[in-house]
Parts: sequence; C-alpha cells; structure tokens
Amino acid sequence: MPAASLAAVRSFVAAPIPTRPAVSVESPRAFAFKGVEKRFGDKVVLDGIDIDVPVGQFVAVIGKSGCGKSTLLRLLAGLDRPTAGSLIFGPEAKAGAGEESRTRFMFQEPRLLPWASVVKNVEVGLTGIAAGAEARRRALAILGEVGLADRADEWPSVLSGGQKQRVALARALIGQPQILALDEPLGALDALTRIEMQQLLERIWLEQKFTAVLVTHDVAEAVALADRVVVISEGRIALDLEVPVARPRWRGSVELARLEGRILDQLFG
Amino acid sequence: MTLTQRVKQNGIGWLLPALVIVGWEAASRVGVMPANVLPAPSAVAEAFWRLTLSGELIQNIGVSTLRALAGFAVGGSIGFALGLANGLSALSRGLTDTTLQMIRNIPHLALIPLVILWFGIDEEAKLFLVALGVFFPIYVNTLLGIQSVDPQLVEMGRVYGMDRRALFLCVILPGALPAIFVGLRYALGIMWLTLIVAETISASSGLGYMAMQAREFLLIDVVVLSILIYALLGKLADSLARLLERLSLGWHPAFQNA
Repeated sequence: MPAASLAAVRSFVAAPIPTRPAVSVESPRAFAFKGVEKRFGDKVVLDGIDIDVPVGQFVAVIGKSGCGKSTLLRLLAGLDRPTAGSLIFGPEAKAGAGEESRTRFMFQEPRLLPWASVVKNVEVGLTGIAAGAEARRRALAILGEVGLADRADEWPSVLSGGQKQRVALARALIGQPQILALDEPLGALDALTRIEMQQLLERIWLEQKFTAVLVTHDVAEAVALADRVVVISEGRIALDLEVPVARPRWRGSVELARLEGRILDQLFG
Repeated sequence: MTLTQRVKQNGIGWLLPALVIVGWEAASRVGVMPANVLPAPSAVAEAFWRLTLSGELIQNIGVSTLRALAGFAVGGSIGFALGLANGLSALSRGLTDTTLQMIRNIPHLALIPLVILWFGIDEEAKLFLVALGVFFPIYVNTLLGIQSVDPQLVEMGRVYGMDRRALFLCVILPGALPAIFVGLRYALGIMWLTLIVAETISASSGLGYMAMQAREFLLIDVVVLSILIYALLGKLADSLARLLERLSLGWHPAFQNA
C-alpha cells in the first residue's frame, strides 16, 4: 500500500467516525494488485497500484474522468494486461477453470444481443457452464430475482434502459461469479431508476456474497453501496476509505454525508 | 397484425399495376394505342394462354429459372464465403480485396463478347455471367455487414467466454444479417437482369430467347408477355427474400409490428 493511502487511512482513523483496518484480515483474499502499472505508449494510466481485496467485500472505485479507474477494472477482468506489476487472485478464484473465469464484467451499456430474447441473453452468462433446458431454467430463475420473469421471451429492444441493465445484471450473475466488476453500469440511468438498481444490486450482493468492484463517478452511490471506497487520482490510489456504516443504510444519514464530503474534498481539495 | 390487415396492405401495392392495365386496355380498345406499338392486355393474355397450352412458356420459364438459380447459387456462395473470410481475417482481406474491387468496377455485361468466345452460347456462358453479376452485391454486403458488427458486443462475447465458433454464430453472423439481406435482394435483381441480357444475345432456349424469336416473327404480344413475366418473376424473387428477411430478422425494430 502506498504511503499516500496509508496516510489517508491514518488521518481517517483519527477522525471521530469509528472504523476498522483498511484490509480485513479474517477473510481470505479475493484478489490483489501488486505494484500494477499500465502505460499506453508514453501515457501512464496506472502508476503503481497496490490494493488487497478480501472475499465478499464491496469496493467502490471513484475518480475523475481519465484517472484510470476503468483501466483498473479492465485489468481485473483480464481485458487488458498490466505493463508492470502483477495481479494475484485468491485460492477460491484459482479453483475455477481459469484465473479470470469467475470474474464477470458488467459494462456501462447493457450490451444485450438484439437478436436474442431476454432469456437467451441471460443464458450467454452460462457459456461453457450450462446449456439447453438447464440453462433456460437457471436463466428464468435469475430473471425472477431481478423482477423480469414475465419479459423472458421478449426482444431486448422493447425494454426500457433500466430493464435492459437488469437483464445485463442477471447475465453477469447467473454464472455465480466470485468477482463482479461493474463499470459505471448505472451511469446512464435516470436518478430514480438508478436508486432502484442500487437497491437491487445491494440485495443480490448480500444474498450471493460475491466480491464486487464498482467503478462509479457518483460519490453518493459509492458510499451508499460500498464497504470501502478507493479514490484514484492521476493513476494512483489517493484515498482508501472504509465505510463502517451498518446496512440497511439510510440515504441522507449524517454518517454517509460526512464520508461523501471527505471523498469530495479529496477529489477537489 | 391480422391476416386481413396484411392482405389489405399487400393488396394496395397491386392497385397501381391493375389501374395501368385497365387504362392500357381501354386505350387499345379506343384505338389510341396501335396494336403494332403495344398490343392490348387481352391480346397479351391470349398469347399467354396460347404459349401455355403449347407448353413453350412453361418450358422457357423453367429453363431460365434453372439458369438463374444455378448462377445465383455459384456466385452467391463464393461471394458469401469470400465476404465472410475477408470480414473475419485481415490477412485474407489484404490479399484479395484490392483485386476484387478492381474486378468489381468492370461492368460484367461488358464481358459478354469474351464469354461468347470462351464458352460459345452454351449453358456455361449464362452461368458464368449470372454468377459474376450476383457475386459482388453478396460479397460487398456480407463484408460490410461483418465489419459493422458492434465491437462492444464482440467484446461482451469474449468476456463471457464465447469461443470463436460461438462468437461467430451468436454475435457476428446475426449482426451481419441485415446487411447480407440487402445484398441478397440486390443480387436477385442483378440475377434476372444478367440472365435476360445473356439470353437475348446468345441462347437457344429461355425467356430471353423466346422474346428474341418473337421479335424475328413480329409477334409483339409475345415480346410484351416476356417483359411482363420478367416483372412478375423479379417481384416473386423479391417477395421470397423479404419473407426470409421477416422470418430471420424478427428481432429488428424495423420488422416489429410490420
């Protein structure tokens, strides 16, 4: 962990809000970045990222546009390779077929296949895991979870933006991932639909207890959902903050507002 | 949409041709349209009946259709295969695309003299010309279709662990299908055009030959009949393509509730 983030944690510990250590030692590790660097040509996008995430943690990654947060997520999902440093996955993740095989990615856009019905789109998440009647049964079950069981045989084009993103969430979850990487998946939704989706995401995360990494530019969303908020600035971790607020969280509580203020100070201070 | 609505919608397209025929018949009866310029529709219908009874018409339509389909099958499948190969592989595209684009700019009908020298007026000549004519619209549109598949969907497929085969069958081919259908419909038009030109110039059977023979004997009703049959066959081929399109592109917003 770089000195900057340690300092940040220390100053936070000194604050009046009670907290836990930045990394929980009880849980096994889900994944870790060790000195990860990513350069595109001369441009340094990530400059020495060290982070250790225990199994089941909900991490939110925040930063201004172009700070490298999406690159971090793409490295985690195996969509890109780091220029230097390494990614280490926990023992559970390694038990899968491949290192990234149990990492699922949810994109900013729904990216549904327009020529496949809703249920077939969800079945894409079972590629290489299940097929045929078994796949359909599981897909229908998870569509019920996200509240779209009655839309299973419709085309994606007739769904609203929020419904499409729920189908994408079902597709990401159906393979029972150990790590779910979310790249601003709610960014394009209207404010009310977004809150609905946040609650759905939190409920499913509490049920399935996967490790979630959510890249977002919405600080309120980050503190409402995450156990831990990581602020990235100029390719480095500028702040690594626990959110020691019990669930269910009440949006608008003083604790959340205080954390939100701290993060905004870091971003614009 | 109910069946009656569909009949109504399709029926309206036939209103104009029907009106033209009624007007044409009337003009012929009154004498505005001399029979040696354009015979009355009733005279054309008579010719149709005469040639049907003699079996000549059915035989010529059969010969032409067979030629058209054979040429289409050969040219279309080569065009489709090359379109796929060049859409999927940069190496294949680099190797062949420049050559194909050069050949594409030669009007294929300009090759008729050469084709006659090569093949005489045998079946190969017609097959070659139709295949060549059909090849390019299928090739160009298949290539375009594959190149315009949303790269975000391809990335999604990869992230979700699709192998190359699944990626092709579930993402690339369905994504390219709308463009491929455009190529198909365009190719069907070129198919008839090429065949008829080839048959009028060098053939001993088929619709084009029938029309040329009729011209020799000044049977203008048979000439007009041939032209009408081209129109009907063209429409039939296009309707079949549209039916296929509707069946396989049901997901496309343009084909929903339509």
